[in-house]
Amino acid sequence: MQSTVFPNKILPYFLVAPQIVLTVVFFFWPASQALYQSAMREDPFGLQSTFVGLANFTTILSDANYLHALRVTVVFSVATALLSMGIALLLATAADLVVRGKGFYRTMMIIPYAVAPAVAGMLWLFMFNPAMGTFAYILRRNGIAWDPLLNGDQAMALVVVAAAWKQISYNFLFFVAGLQAIPKSLLEAASIDGARGSRRFWTIVFPLLAPTTFFLLVVNTVYAFFDTFGIIHSVTGGGPAKATETLVYKVYNDGFVNLNLGSSAAQSVILMVIVIALTAFQFRFVERRVHYA
Amino acid sequence: MKTVLTSVLSTAASLLMASSALAATEISWWHAMTGANNEVVDQLAKEFNESQSDYKVVPVFKGTYPETLNAGIAAFRAKQPPAIIQVFDAGSGVMMGAEGAIVPVADVLEKGGFKFDKAQYLPGIVAYYSKPDGTMLSFPYNSSSPILYYNKDVFEKAGLNADTPPKTWDEVFDAAKTIKSSGAANCGFTSTWLTWIQTENFAAWNNLSYGSNENGLGSTDVKLAFNAEPFVKHFQSIADLAKDGTFRYGGRTSEAKQLFTSGECGILTESSGGLGDIIKSGMKYGIGQLPYVEGEGRPQNTIPGGASLWVFGGKSDAEYKGVATFFNFLSQTKIQSRLHQVSGYMPVTMAAYEETKKSGFYDKNPGRETPLLQMMGKPPTENSKGVRLVNLPQVRDIMNEEFESMLAGKQDAKAALDKSVERGNAAIQQAIGK
Repeated sequence: MQSTVFPNKILPYFLVAPQIVLTVVFFFWPASQALYQSAMREDPFGLQSTFVGLANFTTILSDANYLHALRVTVVFSVATALLSMGIALLLATAADLVVRGKGFYRTMMIIPYAVAPAVAGMLWLFMFNPAMGTFAYILRRNGIAWDPLLNGDQAMALVVVAAAWKQISYNFLFFVAGLQAIPKSLLEAASIDGARGSRRFWTIVFPLLAPTTFFLLVVNTVYAFFDTFGIIHSVTGGGPAKATETLVYKVYNDGFVNLNLGSSAAQSVILMVIVIALTAFQFRFVERRVHYA
Repeated sequence: MKTVLTSVLSTAASLLMASSALAATEISWWHAMTGANNEVVDQLAKEFNESQSDYKVVPVFKGTYPETLNAGIAAFRAKQPPAIIQVFDAGSGVMMGAEGAIVPVADVLEKGGFKFDKAQYLPGIVAYYSKPDGTMLSFPYNSSSPILYYNKDVFEKAGLNADTPPKTWDEVFDAAKTIKSSGAANCGFTSTWLTWIQTENFAAWNNLSYGSNENGLGSTDVKLAFNAEPFVKHFQSIADLAKDGTFRYGGRTSEAKQLFTSGECGILTESSGGLGDIIKSGMKYGIGQLPYVEGEGRPQNTIPGGASLWVFGGKSDAEYKGVATFFNFLSQTKIQSRLHQVSGYMPVTMAAYEETKKSGFYDKNPGRETPLLQMMGKPPTENSKGVRLVNLPQVRDIMNEEFESMLAGKQDAKAALDKSVERGNAAIQQAIGK
């Protein structure tokens, strides 16, 4: 590590100040508010509040619904990350083989990323809404009892597909870049040795893509955990019967629908702890084991 | 560079001054009306704004009923509340619990120099939106009552009599089965708002207790009672019909209306306020009163639903004056009768009701008086004045979850209602701070 010494004593502080200000305003301040709220019980309008200590936390952790939401979150995140990364990798390897109009294909693939989560949710909802969706109609016509309003597994499948669809573009972009970084000479050498497409992929391309894959795994998990609120909200609203209620959705639901702000704040504090733990884990252990080409 | 900046600033400043000199006092009105009813809101605001120049009502759509209420509460906490907010029936208890946050409509009208005369308004509605001491807290904008709609073409195709709607629940279930088995439609019967229609109004209409203390009108400490035998039987019938798709579930609020307008389902129970969209769809529909369970003295009366307009505290006198002027504008007989005739919501003043009657509107449009007759037909009992819980939206959500799990075949009606009551009671106790 090389350290740079500034001749001016004040300038460095001045240069980091904007970042510090942003962190304080957008992280420390709201986080401290959440901590404060999590120890209070308050009426919806904020007219009276009483200090209750850790009561909100003990209530949450002994609540079966909270553990259920945790399970839902894990299932949802794993499914979304695997689906979106799998499809993106498939598309990226296919796009790598395209000879003409490469740029056009890639641009088309990236467009869904520009769609807001809630809009992505609405798109899928319009297609699969049991009351008016075209695809819902086709599914039912073919003898599939499609009813995500009541069937929890179908509802989960619908939000996973919508969330994964939106993230495919992002993953695609990184996989394409990763594929381009793989030296063509290695692949040519393998071809000369007689390795076919799938063998070349699993023995050369996939291992060399590992850093990209790992990076995307983390990004996708964080995405599924925290950025999919809009999709869940517009498609299922956490239902039916809490089947798609993730931890983040529960924070919203308890805080803004049930107006139980203390419990909601306590849940967001727990989420904060989870994020900190995930990040620490990532930097400390996992990242070092990945083979960087 | 400097000159550019100064010129930009001065232009901005002059624009600001110009607009403040011209602007009338703005009154924001947050609402949850969609489709045909949203057009009515915009139309009313436009007419009011054109009728005078001191105030300008600005309607803002804020999502579904629960979303609008939450947006209002969040805005109040952030000290940026709108002047007027439309709060649905279930949110009334929430708003009443927040004495410091709102100004009673009776006071607002007096601040604006208008006299508030309770006798002008429909008694059932005024009682529902008043404090126990009689002070009217909110302005009843759109009051509705659940009624039965049926598709006449589907009835004919199924060989049912298209001129007589089914009266009792047993008749509805039988008609639904006939529709399904004859292939006249994919689904026989659907309903919006299983909470408001099939539970709260089911209780009032059949004179059954929903909860203790006059369903919460007498005190905030309520023990729920909707897991009694008649409720279990009713929901079990619905759950049984759901198994082969004779009953279709649309969603927690008014989503099921689409199942009816698209011709998917032949019978619908929905708010009378849903009429606008049903007319718009151009289908051949008929109206009947809300079905009841056969029994002595039934049906009783339905309870008002829909929404009312609440006024937030902490606004300027000019704004309150504007709000009062606007409410006075809305109370005019010609506005109220028009609202009633185009939207299916009930008129809130007696004069508007009388005028509509005199105009012969009900003779020409049979069924349109139904929601009014349902609500005012009989003096209410302690079971049928209304339902008021400090956290009714939350209790409704609990019920919706249990109903969904019941309709998915994971539990029977008894389990669903028992669990709803148990979880609902716990939520009520927590909300009233015990």
